[in-house]
Amino acid sequence: MYEPVIGLEIHAQLLTKTKLFCGCSAAYGNPPNSLTCPMCLGLPGALPVLNHEAVVMAVKLALAVKAKIHLCSVFSRKNYFYPDLPKGYQVTQYQHPIASEGRLRIGYNGSIKAIGIERINLEEDAGKSIHDHRPESPEKTYLDFNRSGVPLLEIVSKPEINSPSEAVEFLQLFRTVLQYLEICSGNMEEGTFRCDANLSVRKKWAQEMGVKAEIKNINSFRFLQKALEYEACRQMELIKAGKPIKQETRFWDERQNQTLPMRSKEEAHDYRYFPEPDLPPLVIPEKLIKRIKATLPELPQEKIERFKQKYKLPPYDAKILSASRDLADYFEQTAVESNNPKQSSNWIMRDVLQYLKEENMDISQFPLPPKYLAELILLVENKKISLRIAKEKVFPRMTGTRKRAGRIVKEEGLSQISDVSQIEKLARKTIKRNPRLVQQYKGGKVQVLSFLVGQVMKETKGTANPQLVNKILKEALNSLSDSSSSKRKKLNKLKQTKHTRQTK
Amino acid sequence: MNLTSLSATKLRTLVKKKEIKAQEIILAYLKRIKEQEKDLSAFITVLGEKALASAKSIDRKRDKGKLAGIPVAVKDNILTKGIRTTCASKMLEKYVPPYSATVVNKLEEEDAVVIGKTNLDEFGMGSSTENSAFFPTRNPWDLRRVPGGSSGGSAAAVAAGEAAASLGSDTGGSVRQPAAFCGLVGLKPTYSRVSRYGLVAFASSLDQIGPLTRTVADNALLTQIIAGSDPQDSTVSSQPVPDYRKEMRRELPSPKAAYLKDKVLDGIDPEVKDNYYRTLSVLEETGAELREMDFPSWEYALACYYLIAPSEASSNLSRYDGVRYSFRHPRYSNLKEMYLNTRSEGFGREVKRRILLGTFALSSGYYDDYYLKAAQARKLICQEFEKAFKKVDFILTPTAPEPAFLFGEKEDPVAMYLSDIFTVTANLAGIPALTMPVGLSQKGLPIGIQIMASFFQESCIFKLAFLLEKKVKFDNNKLNLRKRRSHV
Repeated sequence: MYEPVIGLEIHAQLLTKTKLFCGCSAAYGNPPNSLTCPMCLGLPGALPVLNHEAVVMAVKLALAVKAKIHLCSVFSRKNYFYPDLPKGYQVTQYQHPIASEGRLRIGYNGSIKAIGIERINLEEDAGKSIHDHRPESPEKTYLDFNRSGVPLLEIVSKPEINSPSEAVEFLQLFRTVLQYLEICSGNMEEGTFRCDANLSVRKKWAQEMGVKAEIKNINSFRFLQKALEYEACRQMELIKAGKPIKQETRFWDERQNQTLPMRSKEEAHDYRYFPEPDLPPLVIPEKLIKRIKATLPELPQEKIERFKQKYKLPPYDAKILSASRDLADYFEQTAVESNNPKQSSNWIMRDVLQYLKEENMDISQFPLPPKYLAELILLVENKKISLRIAKEKVFPRMTGTRKRAGRIVKEEGLSQISDVSQIEKLARKTIKRNPRLVQQYKGGKVQVLSFLVGQVMKETKGTANPQLVNKILKEALNSLSDSSSSKRKKLNKLKQTKHTRQTK
Repeated sequence: MNLTSLSATKLRTLVKKKEIKAQEIILAYLKRIKEQEKDLSAFITVLGEKALASAKSIDRKRDKGKLAGIPVAVKDNILTKGIRTTCASKMLEKYVPPYSATVVNKLEEEDAVVIGKTNLDEFGMGSSTENSAFFPTRNPWDLRRVPGGSSGGSAAAVAAGEAAASLGSDTGGSVRQPAAFCGLVGLKPTYSRVSRYGLVAFASSLDQIGPLTRTVADNALLTQIIAGSDPQDSTVSSQPVPDYRKEMRRELPSPKAAYLKDKVLDGIDPEVKDNYYRTLSVLEETGAELREMDFPSWEYALACYYLIAPSEASSNLSRYDGVRYSFRHPRYSNLKEMYLNTRSEGFGREVKRRILLGTFALSSGYYDDYYLKAAQARKLICQEFEKAFKKVDFILTPTAPEPAFLFGEKEDPVAMYLSDIFTVTANLAGIPALTMPVGLSQKGLPIGIQIMASFFQESCIFKLAFLLEKKVKFDNNKLNLRKRRSHV
């Protein structure tokens, strides 16, 4: 039996206002080269000045993953030539990172596993090359240096991940942690959150590691899963065939659904690291760490645990609702307002999330405040309206108009009819109108009952209590004798018993 | 009154007292430049109109700055906004920077007038200014000889009266050696004393900008203006800058100075040696306490320097790749070829030699043996200085092992590197060092002495230099360019 051994290398763009070594804005999506200066263009004579905000963010992450923060770390130059690397070197950390030896616990349901984090580096991003492959123009490359110098955290995990799905879970949780800390937007499409993977295979329980391949160009969680699955299979097959595995850099080709080797020219780098002489060592005062620690929010894993304990949520619900801080906050406020955590969770997990998905919105853009949703939950709980009416009528009206539930129910006459006499009246009417169906029912075709229920519901525009309608109709039909007179008698009798039951 | 032979200090006093206009000064200097540049070639760019315009506006000012009207020449690896800054390299032949170096801004804020950009060894790499991609600069004391380097243009310009003072940069002696060759006072300040923002980097952990002047007082004046903190250079010290000119005049009670063992001076020019000893005895007469000292680690200084400086240079010069602003070779069919052709043709031989040296020293498999060893040796050198400065206030050495040499005399790069033997240690340790002229050789070539002190002890250096200057009475005006021309 073989198992894959996986390590991830994550690059997270930090949400600082300015770049790592100059005062240019670090914003995304501006006209090419509009956010540049001598420093991030690599002009002669420019010197770096470290952005303090980025250091604070790095410390936040280090604390969140319980890493050892080095009070003194050193920046290094990683030298290589590429047109979008304006200085011909990237300023990063090499031998002395800002933090190392952290861990992140994945798994929320029973089996929890800690994945080690080898190191966290603070470094600058490169610019962006835009290759023009249009056949009508000669092959050109355009350069945009807006991204040049934007701060990145490079996070290197230990090779302690043993399956593609574990890798996805780790990466997802890691992104959630970054988002909880509000230090990274975590957008894989925009490239603010990127991931490379190392994978080797070995005999299960073996101590030695196999020869690893590095896989690049993974820009979604789905691709991570697929790339790792493909690569693990590829390597295992090589082993089975008795062929050697080459240590190489590969990339995920999403069109061909496979990993392919990168041209060897692109991987044979000697980066000639050496300490960056333009920056003094980065010294982090312990006082600063203490201060940052005090501002750390509750982290996803802690929140999941708390939701399970405090609100008795199933682990799955707790995990979904903790996917973002805003969503968790929304749930928590709704749960408190409605005093019904389970229903709050159900509503949010189904209706609210579906609405957000359809509208392509974020919870922060959801039109209803938690209080409004709680009111709706309470209306259902107190049987003022049926769950179906709430879901099909009231909720869509609320999100459309931002009106409160009570008002919509009143304006549209959606109060649930639970008055037995009224439902009985309607039941009788319906039976009378559908003699053929009644015959069929009597003849044993019980499915027609639901049609009859539907007729009553239609009559009340769905406001009748459906369980009650079902029950009354069923009783009425069952009590029907072949003659209509006895039918009436039976009905009367039923009515009386109902009344007596109610007066009791 | 010959304006071009006055000191900067004197000039600014005259301007401040309104006895003379800044415009008159600039005109006089421009005239001098026009007369002599054909022989000297100190400047890559002369700023005639612009300098005159600045002078005019200074003349109109009521509150004039501390350097009012002083024509300053700036080495062409120090950025001047809107003015071509070439580093004497084909790579940056047409480069016009969008901003000025902090030191240039500081000079201009005090109403100095940048009169031109001076020639240098390409990117500061060399000791003779022969490595300029454009033309060599001649030594005004003898036109057959080099002015030293790499700040050769800055030295020649001031010595020849084409500027009242100049800025150079010193990575391993590039201010001090040319200052010595041209009979000037030149300072390499403490590393971190002067902002490097806008200095085109050669070796970032060694580079430091410093002034070249005719007098110690002028040097103190300029140093004071260019020193001090700069939010744009993270390596600059925030220590307050003393009033060097005031400090300079204070008494120096029985200074303790170290001098080198005789055997260390084996092989250097005998006249340099004589001048060294003569200066020591002058100092002794003034009450200085002298002691011989041994610096065993200096044996490794040159090797150490020629690993660290090229290593950093190989990285610093990576940005000249033809992609954005530098020279780009017209012929290439792919990216690699563009890099190759651009860098092969854009850089001169010495620059390429050092890039290769540095690339090699940093390569995996060699890093530990070369770069790392050099970094360790550097630490030893620092420790040795630290120990020495517990016992003495100054260390005195010759500035260069010989006076100005002839063009083409040092074809072998290692022979050229040996010119830096006394100067590189101060860069490696980061301590301040000043050279001042103490005599002339029989051939009439200036000879300098180097004064080193501990970190941020520029005040003490100026005190000792000021004292020595009064005793030695070196006369810069002995230089007569017209007479020297006959040698050519």
